[in-house]
Amino acid sequence: MAESIEEDDSAYIIKDGDYVVLKRGDIYKAVQIQIKKKVMFEKQWLFLEKAVGQLYSTSFEVVSGGHLEPQKAKTTESSTDAQEAGSDNRNIVDDGKSQKLTRDDIETLKEQGLKGQEIIQQLIDNSSTFRDKTEFSQQKYIKKKKKKYESTITVLRPSCRILAMMYHGREPGKICHLRYDTLAQMLTLGNIHAGGKVLVFETCAGLVLGAVMERMGGYGKVVQMYPGDGPVQAGLESFGFPPHFHDTLHTFPIGHVNALLAGTLDTGPPKELAAESSDASVPSKEGEEAGRTNADTGGDGGGEGEGKPEEVKMETPTPAEVEQNEREKLKAIRLQEKQDRMEAKRKKLAVAAALLEGKNADGLIIASRFHPSPVLLGLIKFLAPSRPFVVYSQYKEPLIECYTKLKENSNKEHCAVINLQLTDSWLRHYQVLPNRTHPVLQMSGGGGYLLSGTTVDMQYAKAASSQQAVEQPPAKKLKLTSSEG
Amino acid sequence: MSFVEYSETVQEGDVAIVYLGHESMMAVKVQKNGQTQTRYGAIRHSSDLIGKRYGSKVTCSKGGWVLVLHPTPELWTVNLPHRTQILYTTDIATITMMLELKPGAVVCESGTGSGSLSHAILRTIAPTGHLHTVEFHKQRALEVEQEFREHRVAHLVSVRNQDVCLDGFGVAGVADAVFLDIPNPWEAVGHAHSAMKRHGGRLCSFSPCIEQVQRTCEALAARGFHDLSTLEVLLRVHDVRTVGLPLPDFGPDRTPDPAQTPAPPPAPHASLSIKTTTPPRSMAGHTGYLTFKSPFDLRCFTLEE
Repeated sequence: MAESIEEDDSAYIIKDGDYVVLKRGDIYKAVQIQIKKKVMFEKQWLFLEKAVGQLYSTSFEVVSGGHLEPQKAKTTESSTDAQEAGSDNRNIVDDGKSQKLTRDDIETLKEQGLKGQEIIQQLIDNSSTFRDKTEFSQQKYIKKKKKKYESTITVLRPSCRILAMMYHGREPGKICHLRYDTLAQMLTLGNIHAGGKVLVFETCAGLVLGAVMERMGGYGKVVQMYPGDGPVQAGLESFGFPPHFHDTLHTFPIGHVNALLAGTLDTGPPKELAAESSDASVPSKEGEEAGRTNADTGGDGGGEGEGKPEEVKMETPTPAEVEQNEREKLKAIRLQEKQDRMEAKRKKLAVAAALLEGKNADGLIIASRFHPSPVLLGLIKFLAPSRPFVVYSQYKEPLIECYTKLKENSNKEHCAVINLQLTDSWLRHYQVLPNRTHPVLQMSGGGGYLLSGTTVDMQYAKAASSQQAVEQPPAKKLKLTSSEG
Repeated sequence: MSFVEYSETVQEGDVAIVYLGHESMMAVKVQKNGQTQTRYGAIRHSSDLIGKRYGSKVTCSKGGWVLVLHPTPELWTVNLPHRTQILYTTDIATITMMLELKPGAVVCESGTGSGSLSHAILRTIAPTGHLHTVEFHKQRALEVEQEFREHRVAHLVSVRNQDVCLDGFGVAGVADAVFLDIPNPWEAVGHAHSAMKRHGGRLCSFSPCIEQVQRTCEALAARGFHDLSTLEVLLRVHDVRTVGLPLPDFGPDRTPDPAQTPAPPPAPHASLSIKTTTPPRSMAGHTGYLTFKSPFDLRCFTLEE
């Protein structure tokens, strides 16, 4: 038993290269631990190498030069315990004269290398009103000063909770103002769990994608449906997932959705690739090969590609310039690299397309700045019946439209849905202290809206009399695969 | 069918959710030759359910139809037999995220109650995690254990019939997260602590009353656990409606010009129809306060040991 616990230790130790989250008060920042690299956090330059080898969730004191020093066992807060305190604030006047230390004095203390705790003690000693404050007020004063003068930084292991709180606190615009409790609702309403196949469409810097992947724990498959040229996954690396998690992630451009649904998406050996190689007119074997494979598949750009390379080849031996040869070689390598990349991309697309073709995904999560209605109606087709979907929008009105459209569609018995619900969540934090328990004065005004529901297949009952209708979908699928090959 | 894995078709022994209509569902144990009565007539399990694809229509004996749905913890929460007050999906979602639950996590929970949260925990920690759940009511413990078997999640859970305040969770140093939903959580703080992994884990206590929160926080602070966070989360439902708003008629807007043809009088009952949402007449305005302890302070552990 003891052994297994010892073994566990390594998993809790901060290592060089780890993605971590720094926490100071309620402020978070995701960084990667890199020896000798300094990071800016809360207007302070920090070197994180002293954190390496320490346990996660350790708090550090920032010492001179921005180095971290593990905090010693917590100093008990008895320093002010036995002191006298006033009974109310009737004699306290805000005349700005109660603190005898000036700004400059405090700066000097700081330069002398006094620690936060010591500066606070100085402030208390030099405050003429501190003793007249009530006990509660004294505690509040100390707490406030601590926040200002103590720079304690905690190094945390990243998680969806911490990153969601970080983004919400620092850069809500990047995640469409998705509040962490709303993200929590999405993951639960979407029944995200290990295994299965989940579609994600998001423009939240990869936070939602990462959250889904964390909940899937490296089991099953995630297909990120992305708009534009490439998927946005900037926030994904902050999760610090092990490499095998990334094997479960596939991407598919929404620009190909219509083609995929129509069965006209060509994921076979490339056409554009060959066309490009002929454009470059490089006398490389690879180019010829590409041209040939293209001709085999009956691609239209193939004819040109076949003839040209040979002609160029005939010319090259006569001047026999070394430099040009070199250049051409380099060109050929680059082309090869490009082709490899294209080929890899094509293969990836083919894999993602194959995942979607069955229209049997187990979950759909949408959180984007796009109008949710076309996104949902376009992607819900890929879900199996009896599966949940969740759509987030910062605004309510587009979700109302989405709701209405889905209801209309349900009547047409095409991507029917049930248990449709438009909701938002209300979140309030509390201060809990003896005799001072009350809601925190500031609260978030809103965390965005969710539309959730479950897909169903309404086709059966209508076609109950005629077996044919039931047979239809497989026939369609057949057509798809034949056009593909 | 399992609560932690989807399957395509209904099989004998499954627990399926039958959807009868808006906000009307029921859980059905699918048995060979079994029958379930609904307001649309009987569903014969062998002929109507077994082999059907989840999410499809099922015709009842009176000619009406219902839908058969794959069970999920969320559907179970709204269809389970209540043996106690239960936690609902909004709180469950928040607890799941704030406790950082994910596949492989080891969780301790007390009390089990009707198993609403337990099913959601199991879904999230499968296939490699484990739930240790403690329920002091013998009958409830037995019933929930039976449900776990029927839902094919029994391999992921240990149910213990004991009092967590006296006997703890029956495990030590294993939990990534501990959840307390008991009348006097402050009495279980020590046991929660010893169930945690040595390098810490997260704690959540759910209490409906603020006095309970107060005492729990004091007990946690006494053990040296600072940095507590207490919050409350509510779900607001927006019902989508089309409403007509009548437009007022202020009469003609200027003295009639005899040279011009008089403007046509506005329609007597002009109104504008808009799509909007309305709040329900009443809603759950309070469930409970959730108190979380962020990653356990390691220094507290050294003080304890």
